Amino acid sequence: MGIFKSGMAKTRQSFFGRIGQMLSGRQITQETWDEIEAMLIQADLGLETTETVIEYLRSAAREERLTHPDQLRRVLRESLLALLDPPRELNISGRDLSVILVIGVNGSGKTTSIAKLAHRLKRAGRNVALAAGDTFRAAAIDQLQKWGERIGVPVIANKPGADPGAVAYDAINAAKARGYDILIVDTAGRLHNNYNLMQELAKVRSVIAKAVPGAPHETLLVLDGTTGQNALKQGQKFAEAVEITGLIVTKLDSTAKGGMIFSVMTELHVPVQFVGLGEGVDDLVYFNPEQFVDSLFDQD
Amino acid sequence: MFESLSQRLQSVFDKLGKGGRVSEQDVSNAMREVRMALLEADVALPIVKDFVSRVREQAIGAEVHKSLRPSQQVIKIVHTALIETLGEPGRLNLSGTKPAVIMMVGLQGSGKTTTCAKLALSLRKEGKQPFLIAADTYRPAAVEQLMTLGKQIGVEVYQEGVSAKPEDIAQRGLEAARKANAAVVIVDTAGRLQIDDNLMNELEQIKARTKPNEILLVADAMTGQEAVNIATGFNKRLSITGLILTKVDGDARGGAALSMRAVTGVPIKYIGTGEKISADALEVFHPERIADRILGMGDVMTLIEKAEQLYEEEEALRLQQKMLENKFTLQDFLDQLKKIRRMGSISQVMGMIPGFSKMQLQGKIDNQEIEGRIRKVEAIISSMTRQERENPRILNASRRKRIAKGSGVEVRDVNDVIKQYQQMQTLMAQLKKGRFPKIPGLTDGGLFG
Repeated sequence: MGIFKSGMAKTRQSFFGRIGQMLSGRQITQETWDEIEAMLIQADLGLETTETVIEYLRSAAREERLTHPDQLRRVLRESLLALLDPPRELNISGRDLSVILVIGVNGSGKTTSIAKLAHRLKRAGRNVALAAGDTFRAAAIDQLQKWGERIGVPVIANKPGADPGAVAYDAINAAKARGYDILIVDTAGRLHNNYNLMQELAKVRSVIAKAVPGAPHETLLVLDGTTGQNALKQGQKFAEAVEITGLIVTKLDSTAKGGMIFSVMTELHVPVQFVGLGEGVDDLVYFNPEQFVDSLFDQD
Repeated sequence: MFESLSQRLQSVFDKLGKGGRVSEQDVSNAMREVRMALLEADVALPIVKDFVSRVREQAIGAEVHKSLRPSQQVIKIVHTALIETLGEPGRLNLSGTKPAVIMMVGLQGSGKTTTCAKLALSLRKEGKQPFLIAADTYRPAAVEQLMTLGKQIGVEVYQEGVSAKPEDIAQRGLEAARKANAAVVIVDTAGRLQIDDNLMNELEQIKARTKPNEILLVADAMTGQEAVNIATGFNKRLSITGLILTKVDGDARGGAALSMRAVTGVPIKYIGTGEKISADALEVFHPERIADRILGMGDVMTLIEKAEQLYEEEEALRLQQKMLENKFTLQDFLDQLKKIRRMGSISQVMGMIPGFSKMQLQGKIDNQEIEGRIRKVEAIISSMTRQERENPRILNASRRKRIAKGSGVEVRDVNDVIKQYQQMQTLMAQLKKGRFPKIPGLTDGGLFG
């Protein structure tokens, strides 16, 4: 929580700063609407969400008889917040072994996010193990193992090219035998329009489901925060292959705003659980809708 | 990539096509759609504004050429402007003292390391001896990744682990490359944000020490509005010389290509498709082809070239011979199916054929359905033993049952595949005798029926 605050500290005033500066005209004109539209589009909200938000603002402005641009600030902020759900408690308690499956396209930040998540859970007193399910990309297993050493969490791995379903299966058995209570399963990055690889992912999931009743208890889709409108397609296609329970949005320490999560959340009905704010092991924090909305309008 | 944009523009111009000439109102309607399409394609807002106003001016003033309908005229103007914005395809500048140095930079996860290996492989195919330097000391196992890839493609990798400074590694690596008499050195650097001052300083150091011929910004084709900030940030600090767009085999509309090109003015040199390290997974960028694709005119050239690369001539001759001698086995059939799949997903391959993006729009083609069918056939043949594939006559009832079970289908699906194969054999036999029979099973209810 603390990091999220410090990472986004500068953004707090700037929402009102920028909006205040921008919406400083004497009355609401077409220009006011154009400026709001430009801001939302440049924050990657996409045309459809932007139009929905502006439609809503317009009707609110009519109903509440708003005349002054700065009255729109409050309504804009509220309307964006209304579209975002806060994270929920992860479903990883009350059983011997909980399994978290982590998925996403290439380069979205799965492995790094897994390490940070494991670190966070370990600090919370959980007994965590990792399964090196990316057997495709060169040195992906090494990468996870190095993270494991760094954070002091065991990594259960097979050799490169091994069947990822078999890796998950073996890891579950090993986790059961050694008494771990959380297993986080890494997967190879895959483009969502690659039918074969999505089938492979569905298979990994079904292997997990057969090995542990009710598993995977969490399936987290990792989205790159600098992605544009393609994130929605990623969400849809991954959700067709496996049931997604939450999102992790990475690289939000960049100047990208991550506004595409509005449409992804609306479409998939799942919350953003965590956001990644850097490469350090502590840089994965719970998603905070208020700070996220405020940061959308930060001008770096 | 770009499918939705082409669909959108097609619908715009279908509407325009009804009028006799392009009125100002027509142009305004079209430009509104073009603006929306570009924004949905993740082209950055300032670039969209520039593009639309440029095209609007040209379209309003344009004389409609005699041989063109007004809609075609507007397509042509948009098309030309797109090509202009995308720019000329960039060639690598590797002149000067040997070895030439290429420095790869970009955000985390954009695909630098994979692209380094692809580029090394493609340079070697051109007869230039490549040499790789592992200067990413931050991401765990990044060095190991480059070493693994180097081994895979047989290219020397210089590395010092992770304790030395990247700029020192780069400099010493360059020395080693000189001694190894390499022609081109590719320096892999760690992913970083363009706003990270310390890490950007580090890149400036590497640049100063290695004096690269090329500094290539590797960017993800799925990037949104941020593309402008990324490209501007890296360009300001390093004066980049070119762009490589990765993950183009995804279905992102790829507006980032336009944005980055427009704000930096540097050419797009390659586009990356696929995770496998093969030289054809890094394609030379062809603006007119991408523009054609944007406009739904198909990317036939790319398709043809891909097909040509995969079906090497000898292979084709061998198959032809086999077919004529009626020795085309189920194994050959399976190999062919796999080759088609290697060209990309079916939707990707179809998307390159003119008219298909529109048909997809109208729901005439169900990619998933076709891919599903091909997969099924693949699964069935894969479940056969080598012997069965070479000699399908031995496929009795119990073998067929086993195959059905092994591939998770019904026995009748197995029968269908065998029947199709037999019909093909009959056809071949008759063709050989100079007759051209009609075989109902091949045209209706067949694999693609």
